[in-house]
Amino acid sequence: MLNAERAPVTGKRVQLMATCLCDAFYDDVAAATVEVLEHLGVEVIFPEGQTCCGQPAFNGGDWVASRKVVRHTVKTFAGDEPVVVPSGSCAAMMFHGAVLEFENESDLPEVEALGRRTWELGDFIVNGLGVKTWPGKFAATVALHRACHTRGTGSIAAANLLLKSIVGVQVVEFGEVEQCCGFGGTFSVAFPNISTAMGALKLDHLRAAKPDILVSPDMSCMMHLTGLAAKEGQPIKAMHLAQVLRDALKAQ
Amino acid sequence: MRFQQFDQFAAELKADTRAAVYDGSKKGHEKRTKLLFDEYPDPNRLRHLAGEIKQHVIENLDTYLPAVEAKMKANGVQVHWAGTAEAANEAVLRIMRARGATKLVKAKTMVSEETELAAFLEKHGIEALETDLGEFIVQIDGDHPSHIVKPIIHKNRREIAQSFEREGLGAYNDDPATITQRARKFLRHKYLVADVGLTGANFVSAESGRMVLVTNEGNSRFCLAATKCHIAMIGIEKIVPRDYDLALFLNLLARSATAQELTVYTEFISGPKSPVQPDGPEVMHVIFVDNGRTEVLASTCREILRCIRCGACLNVCPVYRQASGHAYRSVYPGPVGAVLSPLLMGDKFPQKADLPKASSLCGACNEVCPVNIPIPDLLLRLRNRAKEENVPSPGTPPMGAWALLASQPLAWRASLLGGKLIDYVPTKLIPVPALQAWAAKRALPAWRGGEFRKWLKARRK
Repeated sequence: MLNAERAPVTGKRVQLMATCLCDAFYDDVAAATVEVLEHLGVEVIFPEGQTCCGQPAFNGGDWVASRKVVRHTVKTFAGDEPVVVPSGSCAAMMFHGAVLEFENESDLPEVEALGRRTWELGDFIVNGLGVKTWPGKFAATVALHRACHTRGTGSIAAANLLLKSIVGVQVVEFGEVEQCCGFGGTFSVAFPNISTAMGALKLDHLRAAKPDILVSPDMSCMMHLTGLAAKEGQPIKAMHLAQVLRDALKAQ
Repeated sequence: MRFQQFDQFAAELKADTRAAVYDGSKKGHEKRTKLLFDEYPDPNRLRHLAGEIKQHVIENLDTYLPAVEAKMKANGVQVHWAGTAEAANEAVLRIMRARGATKLVKAKTMVSEETELAAFLEKHGIEALETDLGEFIVQIDGDHPSHIVKPIIHKNRREIAQSFEREGLGAYNDDPATITQRARKFLRHKYLVADVGLTGANFVSAESGRMVLVTNEGNSRFCLAATKCHIAMIGIEKIVPRDYDLALFLNLLARSATAQELTVYTEFISGPKSPVQPDGPEVMHVIFVDNGRTEVLASTCREILRCIRCGACLNVCPVYRQASGHAYRSVYPGPVGAVLSPLLMGDKFPQKADLPKASSLCGACNEVCPVNIPIPDLLLRLRNRAKEENVPSPGTPPMGAWALLASQPLAWRASLLGGKLIDYVPTKLIPVPALQAWAAKRALPAWRGGEFRKWLKARRK
C-alpha cells in the first residue's frame, strides 16, 4: 500500500525534513540525522520554512486544512534533491497520504513529485545509498519497533540490517511485533481508552523481551510508548534509529 | 471531557468479554498467518489477483448481473431482485405465503442479518430458525452477532451453557461437545418439519450461474436436503466471472476466515431437482439484494464491495480486539464494518460517521485482506466526508489554527518558542482538550521547540 516508486539517488545532497515532533520535542533526533548523513558524505540542506507534513489534519479528516499545509511543504521543499525524513509516518504522508488527498486537485503532479523524492532515513541509507553495514560500536540489547507507517516499505528491513551490523548490538524479538502501539495521531486523544490499552499491551510484550533500549524509525510511536510508561512510573529507554547510528560512530 | 461513544463502550466492556474477543481473534490471526503465509506459495500475489478480479466484477455489475440471471433461469432457478432490505424480506414472505409455509430453517448469511430477516418473519407468524450453532445461540439469547465468521466470539461456554439450560435444552453443562450434541439433536427435528431452507451464497459464478456455499457444520446442507424449497438471499457483489476463479477464492476464503485449507463443506448448487439432478429441493429461488450497494458503488469507497466476508481484518485489528464487535453498533464490525456500515446507512451516514475514526490507521487490515482492500485509505476518505458534512466528532481536535500556523513559517517558529509554556503551566490549566486527553494517561516529553534549529545554525557557523 505504501510503496512509492522512487528515482534512484544520484547526487550526494539531500534536503532534511526534520518533522514537527523533532522541531518541538526531539531535537537530538534531528541532530543525529544530520550527523549520520554527513558521516556518509551527504550534504544536508535544511529548508528553514518547513513546518509539518500535514498529517494531523489529513488523519483527522480535515483535508482542506491538510492540503494547505502540504502545499506549503511542496513549496518549501522545491528542487530535485531527495528529501530525507527521520520518520516513517511523515515519509508515508508525503508519498501516500498527500497523494490521496490531492487526487482531484490540479497540483497533484507537484505533490506526487515530492512523494517520489521523499525517503525515510533508514530506507534512504540502505536502499537509496546502498549502504549495507554500519561502523562503530554500540553495546546494547535493542528491540526494534515496527512503526506501522513503514508497512510495505523497505524501512524495517533496512533498520534491522543496519542495527545488526553494528558491533555490540543485539536485536531481540518480542511478542506481536506487527501490532500497533496505539498512537494513531488524533485517535490517541479521541479514543484514549483504546489507544492506551493498545500501548499497554505493546509495553507488556517489550518488557517481557527485556531490551536495554527500544529503537524506532519514528518518534510519534516513541512519544506514545515512553509517555505511557513514564505515566505508569516505569519509564522505558527509547532511541531513534538515527541516535543509535550516531552514537555508534562516536564510539569508533 | 467528551470522548467517542465507541471508546467509552470499550472502556466499559466486561473483562471476560474482552478476553474472549482478544484471545479468539489473536488465535484466528496467528493460525491464518501460519497456513497462508508459511505454507502457501506467494499469497501476496494471490491477494492482489483476487482483489483485481473482484474489482473487475463490481465495476462491470451492469453486464454480470443480467448474465447471472439468464444462466440461473436456464438452470431452473427463479430470480428476484430486491432494492432494499424490506423488499428482500417481503420477497421471502411472499414465497412462503404462496406455498402456505410457516416454518423456515436458515443457514448463516450476513445479508439476512442486514435485512433482519428472522425477526421480520417471526413478526409475520413464521418460525425462522437459525441453524448455524453460533447464530442459534445468538437467536435464543436475543443477542447480535459480534463477528462476521464467529458470531459468538464474545461469549464463553459458561454463558452458553446457562442459555441452553434456560431454554430447556438440558441441565447445565458447559462441555462444548455436550452443547453441540444438544443443539444438533434439537435442530435435526426442525429440518424435517420445515418447508423452506434459506441460505446465502459465498460466490456465484457468472459463467455457470452456480452458487457456492461454504460451511463447517453441514447445516446448510440439511437446510437444502430436507426441505422442498430453497431460497438463497445474495448480495449483488457476490459474483465471480468464471467457475475457474473459484479455485482462487475458495483457497483464500477458507485460509483467511478460519485457517483451513478448505471448509468442511463446500457446496456447488446449480438448480433444483431435475431429471439430471435427482437430489435437492423441488423449487429454488434466488433473491439478489442491493440494500445500499449501488450507492457504495457510486461512492469513492467502492473497493469495499470486493469484500468476501472472511473476518481476517477483524481478527488482526488491535482496535477490534479491545472494543469487540458490538462497539460498532452494526451488522459488520471491525475494519471492514467501519467502512461498510456508515456507507450502507445512505442519508443516515452521520449516525455511524464515528466508526471510520475508530482506527489508529495501522494498516494491518489491508495487509491481511484476501482481496487487498485499501481499508485505511477508505477510512480516511470517510473521515473527510464526515468533516465535509459537518458531522460533530467528539475528541477530534479542530485543525484550522494549526493549519494556519503550519503554513506560515514565521508564525510556526514563534510558536516553537512559545510552546515552552507546557513545561511550566500544569496541563489542566491549558484549555486544549486534546492536550488534556493526552496528558491524562501519558506524560508529555519536555518542550525543546527551536533547539534543533539553534544547534544547526551553530554547527554551520
